[in-house]
Amino acid sequence: MIRLEKLSVGHGDRTLIDAADLTLEGGRLVALIGRNGTGKSSLLRVIGGIDRPLGGGVSFDGKDIHAMSPLERARTIAFVTTQRVRIANLRCRDVVGMGRTPYTDWIGRMTESDREIVADALRLVDMTAYADRALDTLSDGECQRIMTARALAQQTPVILLDEPTSFLDIPARHATCRLLQRLAHEERKLVLFSTHELDLALELADDILLIDSTRLVLDATDSSSLRERIFQCFELG
Amino acid sequence: MPTRSSILFPLLAALVVLLFTLDLMMGSVSLSFSEVWTALMGEGDRATLVIVRHIRLIKALVAILVGASLSVSGLQMQTLFRNPLAGPYVLGITSGASLGVALFILGAPLLGIAATSITTFGIAGAAWIGSAFILMVIATVGARIKDIMVVLILGMMFSSGVGAVVQVLQYLSHEEALKTFVVWTMGALGDVTDRQLAIFVPAVVVGLIVGVLVIKPLNLLLLGEQYARTMGINLSRSRLLIFLSTTLLAGTVTAFCGPIGFVGLAVPHLARALFASADQRILMPGSILIGAVMMLVCDMLAKEFLLPINAVTSLMGIPIVVWIVLKNKNMMA
Repeated sequence: MIRLEKLSVGHGDRTLIDAADLTLEGGRLVALIGRNGTGKSSLLRVIGGIDRPLGGGVSFDGKDIHAMSPLERARTIAFVTTQRVRIANLRCRDVVGMGRTPYTDWIGRMTESDREIVADALRLVDMTAYADRALDTLSDGECQRIMTARALAQQTPVILLDEPTSFLDIPARHATCRLLQRLAHEERKLVLFSTHELDLALELADDILLIDSTRLVLDATDSSSLRERIFQCFELG
Repeated sequence: MPTRSSILFPLLAALVVLLFTLDLMMGSVSLSFSEVWTALMGEGDRATLVIVRHIRLIKALVAILVGASLSVSGLQMQTLFRNPLAGPYVLGITSGASLGVALFILGAPLLGIAATSITTFGIAGAAWIGSAFILMVIATVGARIKDIMVVLILGMMFSSGVGAVVQVLQYLSHEEALKTFVVWTMGALGDVTDRQLAIFVPAVVVGLIVGVLVIKPLNLLLLGEQYARTMGINLSRSRLLIFLSTTLLAGTVTAFCGPIGFVGLAVPHLARALFASADQRILMPGSILIGAVMMLVCDMLAKEFLLPINAVTSLMGIPIVVWIVLKNKNMMA
């Protein structure tokens, strides 16, 4: 599925992740964890094709992500950023509809099936009742769900989310992670999200992708060696 | 159930037609509707014919084109920069035009070129070259800069820098040239001749066509450039097309009519408030119609009170912007 080959990530002469080699499989919820400033967002942006890597590459089913056209990439990977978007007069249905952009015509006209996909995406995140509400009237948690629904409407095999649980209270964090888990398992997507909530990650993710200094480690969540490494990395007892 | 836009579009279109007709009737010589109609049909007495067909008709058409162009350009800039205070002039198009005109009007006499060669056509050409020059600079720089806010800041700094150069030129100039320049900065809808209209109209039409082509990327840019990219738009190409459209629209208007303030800033906000939408497919035609309405009203006010058009649009536009900002405190572009 997603394959990182000798992938190095960083800015200028600062290397955050050095020569990572690993494969992420579909149908799994993967939590990306690491201390502040270790490059979680940078890694996600490189995997998502927004930024270029320092070295190496990322491929999806053998195709180099950075060599894809913007359109092809948008049909492969959906991205939910940390950026909070609050726009007056922009209705939730239309935001989710933006996810259909890679499939609509030059002016963005939606077909009946596009509208059904949007309705399905809203239903999956339990936001059907909010379809006609404007984005600037929602709470942070609701906004997060709408942006996730937009990523779902993009119908990509891969969804990346940068800190989807920040700004949320504890019940909303749980709800978001359970939703991501359901998406990964039921829709057979690869869902990769970065987070600071170690407990949530260890409880709900199938795999953990840990940034330990400049090394990237991928292992099943229940692996005891991984847990030990996480505790060391985060200086937990 | 009729939607908001299905009521507003015909209503605004009818308002444009009504104001257009009133604009033809108003002026130093008041004309009745039947006099205007006869003249438009090419009949009636010679003087009325000239007034209606060669002066007022062109001026009213120019007013509509100016309103539509500046409003669409303002909408594009507010959306691209995600800034409610952006307008057609944030990229330095006016300053570029001012520089061109200043070099032409003020610079030429300094170099010993006779003032008689300064025609309105020459002024328009100088302004256009100035704007196009700015476009090229911004496009070249913008292609290398990732953060759109940096482009915005560069545009503003560039404007201020050019403003300083223009001041130097003004300081060095003679009274007569200075007056010509100051009059240009006040704006005028009536200086466009029918021959100039043959350049004005196609330039604006091409600008609007490019504007229609960037509707889809602009809609995505509402969520910011990062999101827009993850949804499959070619960011650098879209940016370039948006800049091109804005320069054709605002640059042409400024070239022929001088800087006209606040229309481009206020009208997109009016369109958002009236149509209660953020969709460019509604806001763009909406801004065209509202812009036309506003410029026709401004033109009539300017005629009635014998004021420069730039002063009227500012006096009209500023309260609108203030009202809208106070009305939605959480307003976003």
